[in-house]
Amino acid sequence: MLALTDVCAGYGTFQALFGVSLEVRAGESVAVIGPNGAGKTTLLRAISKLINLGAGEVTMQGRSLKHVAPHEVIANGIAQVPENRRLFPRLTVEENLRMGSFLLSARKKHQQQRDHVFDLFPRLKERRAQLAGTLSGGEQQMCAIGRALMSRPKLLLLDEPSAGLAPVIVQSIMQMVKKICAEGTTVLIVEQNIRQVLKVVDRAYLLETGRIKTSGSSAELLASDEIRKAYLGL
Amino acid sequence: MEVFDIFLLEAVLNGILLGGLLALLSLGLNLIFGVIDVVWICYAEMIMIGMYAVYALHVQQHWPLLAAMAAGIAFVALLGALMHQFVIRPVLSAEPINQLLVTGGVLFFLQAAATLAFGIEFKNLGVRLPPVSIGEMSFSLPRIIAFMVAVAGVAVTWLFLTRSYLGTAIRAISQDRAIMPLMGVNPDRIFVVTSALGGALAGLSACLLVLQYDIHPAIGLSFGPITFLICVLGGLGNMLGGLAAAFIFAQFISVGGFIFAIEWGYVIAFVFFIAVMFWRPQGLLGGK
Amino acid sequence: MKFLALALLAGTPFYGLGNYLLHLVIMCLLWGYVYTSWSIMGRLGLVSFGHGAFLGIGAYSVVMLWNHFGVSPWIGALAGVVASALVAVIIGLPCFRFKIVGHYFALVTLALSEVTRLVIVALRDQTGGSLGATPNTALAQGNPWSLGALQFSDKIVWFYAILVVWLAGLWVWTKVDRGMTRLALEAISQEEEAAASIGINVTRSKLFVTLISAVMTSIGGVLYAQYQLYINPETVSGIGISLQMVFGVIVGGMFVVLGPTVGAVFTLLLSEGLRLALGDAFKQFPALDLAIYGLMLVLFIIYLPKGILGTATDAWRKHSSARAAARR
Repeated sequence: MLALTDVCAGYGTFQALFGVSLEVRAGESVAVIGPNGAGKTTLLRAISKLINLGAGEVTMQGRSLKHVAPHEVIANGIAQVPENRRLFPRLTVEENLRMGSFLLSARKKHQQQRDHVFDLFPRLKERRAQLAGTLSGGEQQMCAIGRALMSRPKLLLLDEPSAGLAPVIVQSIMQMVKKICAEGTTVLIVEQNIRQVLKVVDRAYLLETGRIKTSGSSAELLASDEIRKAYLGL
Repeated sequence: MEVFDIFLLEAVLNGILLGGLLALLSLGLNLIFGVIDVVWICYAEMIMIGMYAVYALHVQQHWPLLAAMAAGIAFVALLGALMHQFVIRPVLSAEPINQLLVTGGVLFFLQAAATLAFGIEFKNLGVRLPPVSIGEMSFSLPRIIAFMVAVAGVAVTWLFLTRSYLGTAIRAISQDRAIMPLMGVNPDRIFVVTSALGGALAGLSACLLVLQYDIHPAIGLSFGPITFLICVLGGLGNMLGGLAAAFIFAQFISVGGFIFAIEWGYVIAFVFFIAVMFWRPQGLLGGK
Repeated sequence: MKFLALALLAGTPFYGLGNYLLHLVIMCLLWGYVYTSWSIMGRLGLVSFGHGAFLGIGAYSVVMLWNHFGVSPWIGALAGVVASALVAVIIGLPCFRFKIVGHYFALVTLALSEVTRLVIVALRDQTGGSLGATPNTALAQGNPWSLGALQFSDKIVWFYAILVVWLAGLWVWTKVDRGMTRLALEAISQEEEAAASIGINVTRSKLFVTLISAVMTSIGGVLYAQYQLYINPETVSGIGISLQMVFGVIVGGMFVVLGPTVGAVFTLLLSEGLRLALGDAFKQFPALDLAIYGLMLVLFIIYLPKGILGTATDAWRKHSSARAAARR
């Protein structure tokens, strides 16, 4: 579904990604794991065109995203839950969800999709009229995921959904990601919390200093000495 | 000594009527500031252009008044969009004070353009509506109409901002511009739409003012300052605050003008403004 | 070279320019002085839209005291200066203490200039309201001049008086520019917290500069009233003249000493030049100069934010440093 070939990207003179290639197949859930500063967020920003590619190519369902404007990426079926959630703090939960279905094609199914999101996250339904800035961290993450789902994406990009959340909440968010994937949305998730994320995804890539170091199924990676020593502390 | 003064009551009621109009006047400016973060010093001059547009179409071209007004609103809305494209866009990343100043250049330009086109003589529509008397009090009909239309305009704008997708995006963009593309929103387009909407509100204000006042190229200077001050008083970009400030200002002008003289009403309002700035620099209702 | 230019300028009245051109030169110097006064604040990020207030206080103090109480303009000028200084403190102190900057400072000062204009209009029984006021003449008995009343019928006297004041203005500008306070203020205009943390008293420094600027501007108002012998609220106070000062400086360049003067010269020459060039057409289109002026302001701020002189000196510096590099 999504393919990256030799992607290089960065900010100004600082290069963060050096020839990254990866692939996400339809229906899969894939994680990109790695330490802080490895370039994980840059990777997602490059896919969403929030930053320009220095070199390489990103294709979605065989179509290159090269000449797609940042605000048109979502129309290609890619929605992103950005780092730190980035809700609109002075809009209500419902209005945040409305922003998620800003696309004309999504507006028609707004009601239906909103009910679906409320089914997934009943907490959001309770808080629907509350300002997003007043939600707890976990609720904000739910709202951010819900907002991204409003456009009925084929591919959902998640940037560090566990950041700053209590372990028990991280678990429930991860379960939710698994459920979303099971319902047919392809998921690409970027995470530092390697132990938790490998429990729910099919495959993962290890990104270090802007390069893919290794990749494999979750089971393989969990078993690999490299990962166990460096990241799981075993 | 009389406790209840019927003329004081009249002044208070007139103040409320004026407040509605001032609320509409400041709404567009506030909207633009809230979204784009630039104060259009020339906002009152856009209203002046709108007044001339209505005058030109109705008096010179003999259009029906309502058609002339509709066209006037559309014209100023277009002017707002052009203003953003050609004046504001090039300085979006410049120093805030340069953004303020560039709109000041537009102020001089619009004033001069109006003088070139219409001269410096006072013009008016020649529409004279009779005053409305209630008991001993009398009110000008254009003021009552202006009040009602202004309140309706504010309400419609409010509904647009809270109920529609575009309106929600307009509010959202001021809270987090960088992620707007992730929602499928093109920020540039929202800016142009907001500027056009601000222009349309200026056009509507123009239609209401032209019923009450003579038109003159410098008329913008007479209500421009008060419009900015209302926005600042309410907390720039805070539309609810702006509405409240409009009614407060209007009372100062109307009641102060009734007790002393009209200029003193304005003086009191401006001094009040300065005092509030020292007391609450973020505006009456502004958050920190 | 500087002195040669000054000597050339000082000789202006003897070039046989005639009254009209001499008048233009005087106006250039007068407005150059006023713009310079404004830029002392403006260049440090204190963009005031309220200098019309100081100009108006100066002009009206002197004329009102003379007309109603027969107070000599010399004392009237002093009163105007004191009043301006008071107003500057009353507005400046809270502004700086509560850190009202940028837009907000501009708009607070805008309110101040409007208050001044409205008060002048409202006191129409004393001031003549929007019709303006003329100082009672002291030159009735064929006197060509009266030092006590600060009235001179000879433009040459005015030329030298205003030349001296203008030079003094430039001197103050450079003094503030070179003095310690400038370093302090530059730090302030960029990073207020940082300036405070290295022990600079931000409020006091800002207030000091504001006081100088206000006092100088009000002297400009006095000179304007005495030279023109006619003032009205629109030309010496309110938003119009206040914005005109800001823009004059922007056009010339506010970071170089002669920038404001260049702005004044440019503005005046533009309007006079257009008037001459367009001849009769100008009478038909009285606001053409203002239209072109407005358009140029917009273009200036977009393309030449440093002003004419600022851009020119930058280019010159780049040019000469490139040449120096080439020589090496």
